[in-house]
Amino acid sequence: MNILVKLLKLARPYTWWLLLALITGWATITSSIGLLMTAAWLIAKAALQPSFHELQIGIVGVRFFGIARGVLRYLERLVSHSTTFRLLARIRVWFYTSLEPLAPARLSNYKSGDLLQRIVGDIDTLENLYSRVIAPPLTALLITILMWWVLGIFAWPLSLALFCFHALAALGIPLLSAHLTRGMATKLSAVRTAQQATTIDFVQGMAELQLFNRLDSQLAGMNTLKEQELDLIRRQNLVRNAHEPLVSLCMSAAVITTLLILGPLVGSGTLDSIWSGVIVIGVMASFEAFLPLPAALEHLDADREAGKRIFDIIDAEPEVATPENPLKPGADHTIGFHNVSFSYPGSRRKALDQVSFTLEHGRKTAIVGPSGAGKSTIAALLHRFYNPTEGTITLRGIDIMNLDPDDVRNHVGTVSQRTYLFARTIRENLLIGNPQADDEELKRALEEAGLKTFSDKLDQWAGQHGMQLSGGERQRLSLARALLHDAPVLILDEATANLDTITEKAIMENMMAFGNRKTLVAITHRLYGMEAFDRILVLKNGHIAEQGSHSELMARGGLYAAMWNLQHRNQLDSGS
Amino acid sequence: MNLDRRLITLVREHPVPFVTSVIAAVFATLALIAQAWLICRTVTILFLEPSSMADLPVFLAAFGIVSLLKTALNWYSAREAARGSETLRQLLHNRLTAAISRLGPSFTASRRSGSLATTLQQGVEALDPYFSQYLPQLFISVLVPGAIAAAILPRDLLSGTILLCTAPLIPLFMILIGKAAQNMTRQQWQSLTRMSGHFLDMLQGLTTLKLFGQSRSRAGSIEEISEQFRTSTMNVLKIAFLSSLTLELVGTIGTAIIAVQIGLRLMAGALDFQTAFFIIILTPEFYQPLRQLGTKFHAGMEGSSAAEDIFPIIEASEESRTQAAGGALVDDAQPVTFNDVSFTHPGSDHAALQHISFTLEPGTTTALVGPSGAGKTTCMNLLLRFISPSAGSIITGTTDLAEIDRQNWQNRIAWIPQHPWLFHTSIGENLLIARPDASREELMQAIDNAGLHSFIENLPDGLDTVVGEQGTAISGGEAQRVAIARAFLRNAPLLLLDEPTSHTDPELEESLQHSLRQLMQNRTTLVIAHRLSTIMDADAILVLENGHITASGTHDTLIRQNGYYRSAVRTTGGNAS
Repeated sequence: MNILVKLLKLARPYTWWLLLALITGWATITSSIGLLMTAAWLIAKAALQPSFHELQIGIVGVRFFGIARGVLRYLERLVSHSTTFRLLARIRVWFYTSLEPLAPARLSNYKSGDLLQRIVGDIDTLENLYSRVIAPPLTALLITILMWWVLGIFAWPLSLALFCFHALAALGIPLLSAHLTRGMATKLSAVRTAQQATTIDFVQGMAELQLFNRLDSQLAGMNTLKEQELDLIRRQNLVRNAHEPLVSLCMSAAVITTLLILGPLVGSGTLDSIWSGVIVIGVMASFEAFLPLPAALEHLDADREAGKRIFDIIDAEPEVATPENPLKPGADHTIGFHNVSFSYPGSRRKALDQVSFTLEHGRKTAIVGPSGAGKSTIAALLHRFYNPTEGTITLRGIDIMNLDPDDVRNHVGTVSQRTYLFARTIRENLLIGNPQADDEELKRALEEAGLKTFSDKLDQWAGQHGMQLSGGERQRLSLARALLHDAPVLILDEATANLDTITEKAIMENMMAFGNRKTLVAITHRLYGMEAFDRILVLKNGHIAEQGSHSELMARGGLYAAMWNLQHRNQLDSGS
Repeated sequence: MNLDRRLITLVREHPVPFVTSVIAAVFATLALIAQAWLICRTVTILFLEPSSMADLPVFLAAFGIVSLLKTALNWYSAREAARGSETLRQLLHNRLTAAISRLGPSFTASRRSGSLATTLQQGVEALDPYFSQYLPQLFISVLVPGAIAAAILPRDLLSGTILLCTAPLIPLFMILIGKAAQNMTRQQWQSLTRMSGHFLDMLQGLTTLKLFGQSRSRAGSIEEISEQFRTSTMNVLKIAFLSSLTLELVGTIGTAIIAVQIGLRLMAGALDFQTAFFIIILTPEFYQPLRQLGTKFHAGMEGSSAAEDIFPIIEASEESRTQAAGGALVDDAQPVTFNDVSFTHPGSDHAALQHISFTLEPGTTTALVGPSGAGKTTCMNLLLRFISPSAGSIITGTTDLAEIDRQNWQNRIAWIPQHPWLFHTSIGENLLIARPDASREELMQAIDNAGLHSFIENLPDGLDTVVGEQGTAISGGEAQRVAIARAFLRNAPLLLLDEPTSHTDPELEESLQHSLRQLMQNRTTLVIAHRLSTIMDADAILVLENGHITASGTHDTLIRQNGYYRSAVRTTGGNAS
């Protein structure tokens, strides 16, 4: 329920629109009740063979309600859909703004695109929140009140009787259904989770399954899970398929009761007998509002699940908060790490352990070491994705905790192998580096990044469904972005990993040329061209194992020399 | 009208539940007509025949019984349709999984893994409304109004005629508007997909936006695009709603015409009250199924778009089914020869491999080198028989590979891919998948050989730890060691190795090299090589560029030739990838 309340809070700005939709929805059903009741009155009156003008009002009423019903339905749909789309837009913006401070630290569990995709689907699911979940019970309530009043004009026992059956249809049947299907949703979601795992194994592990002759057993397992899923669905449907028939059974019971009450009333002359048909038909027509109720319960379940997944993500505390009165960093861009230790949330292992070093303004530093040594953690801390667990990081002597994280990021540019290309034009992708850049600047950046050929492709689409880019082209685009961003400190985070060596060399040259104007930090596990760096930090298990220039470290014969030899030994052999 | 031939063919295989469902629905309509008659009778008694008041309880009791009957019939009808749909979904699911497994790894690798999994999980379920609602409704929307018209016609010809004349207007309007509406619905569906796609894109790129200090300012663009979506969709919907307004008006105006017409004839004494009331009660019921067809039409639309994802897969698998069962293989120690082999990926216009010929001699190691995209992996997939040559043949001894039973051939292969898949089960089972009947000793030996010992010791439940749970993220390097252990367990004569590219930790590197060297001993090995040491140890080196073998020989002969090999060795300093 909590989740529903939270979702409803998001709808607050549209209260009046939703109310309008609700009232037109109610008026639609009222018209259809009105149509049938006036029609019944018309023929009852006509059966008494009065003068024509006595029928006039009935004829007008029938026409009026007949047209009103169609027009009102049209209006209701228009208002409710338009409001729903506004609401969805608001939910999307709200979700994005709530997610923004959480990225990427709190999202590390949601790395795979599939989960984000599910969230996007979840938000789309909420499309029916108003029309299928909120509106039906409220409309039913309004109709109940209306019929209570209408029947009350004739005799209060009629009101009371109909009220009981309305309550039965609105509450009794859904509650009974919920009771009978209790626990099945949980079981179903457990089966579906298992299905998800086996399906992914099946699709991604197809090569292994075929090679190890396991396809048959995998297929059997998947088919059994499907059987289990369908079996649970069948048991749910057994109950759910009874919803509508039961609501119409309620209607029949209401009709019987109404007739039983009408009998004595008409017999004793308390009620003009002309009304008996009108009342019976009104009772029948009023149940139209109750037919969508059980389905509303199912949609409520789906929306609650979707809402729960959405709030599960959003309700996390952001890892890094913007300070209330952020200081402004100055022009000197020296960065200092002072006894910095860091563990990733949920892990006890120290990714960095008492690390101290300084990145002086204008110098080139390489950070190297085996995978898992903590190299990328340094970049993540500098990007303000996390706060250090201990120690401080300073930018020109100011603790970066006191700076606006976006200011820090604008000082520390990045070229990384994980750069994301948006499904938009090349131009828009580049403008992310600097929204103010004009086409001339974009073209210059492309040229400097070695992508001159892209200068006339600015309006081509990139990313998903866009033009196919090779790994090298992606990296070069990422470099062009960084050039446009023009931050004083530039981090190259494994910027050339996964590229073939000839491309790698070319890109490295572009980057080093660009880096001459910058404080450059290269994070890499491939030890090529290390002579170009002023200083090399060698990380192992979160410690700085060694530091110095290439020649100093080689002379020392420690970890760095071992790594370098491992990667270069064969070349020396081949020279012989 | 939205009848997918392939879905109908499927229904023909199990028609019984659908037929029962429709029959039950028709009986429920008969009950409805009886109900209407009974109500009219009682109301008439109340209104005009106070003398028959004593009969009232009998009619009411009959009404109660008929109501119960109708409830049961409606429930049964829905239930049967759901049952039919369940049978068909299971059937389709099993066929789809079988089809995908027949299409094999080359197919799954060519698709975005997420989309295939979605088709499997949600695509089949999306067909439910089509089977359980839309299809039965097609019949119901003809039979139910038919039955009601049949009940009214003998009592009042004029009203019956009005009903029968207005009824075709609904399907007629639906067909007239339908084509336009269908396009509009598709348009709306596309723009919704685009909208979601844009949103997903923003979420996935959030970290990148953040790196450039742009993330906060971008929320506005979501709002802007959502607003654009709203206006464009509303324009489409306005027309769609207008069309349903027309349908609605046909129904309600039909009711109104009948009411007025009956009223006037009643007044003239040309009709009795009970008949008139009977017609008034049944008229909305007459239009109801036709109106419902409109809403269920939408459900049908979604179903047939889901079918668009499913059936092409099943059809593609039927085309590739022709593969012969083939015979068994006798001798292990046979050379494997590529005989003028070419291969073109389906849907591609240039060949990935062109006229490749080479031989893997028993017990030797052959290294494949070349730039990425040259066709090295394609060679390996051919040997694995994940794909078959487009031209030429692969021969072992004197037998064409295509004539050997595929499983039989694959049983003789140990394979270490670049990205091995670890299944969502325990580490132990992930290893034993290579040879389920391996003894505990053999398993431990393989773990030792692959250098996995300390990794497994550090897992919370050792060998029983489930991959990916309890915070056991498995790195690429560890996954590769699992593949190496699998290869040791497999103990197969032919080893296919896609050499790990990353080499960072000197100690780790040393032990890995040692394991691999041990594995290659006495086996016929084809290795996609990235390390010069591996290449230099190989008995033969093949240089693959752009789908051609441009050079072959040993390290010593190749280093003397001016070509890719020498320049790669020189520029990379040992990394010949």
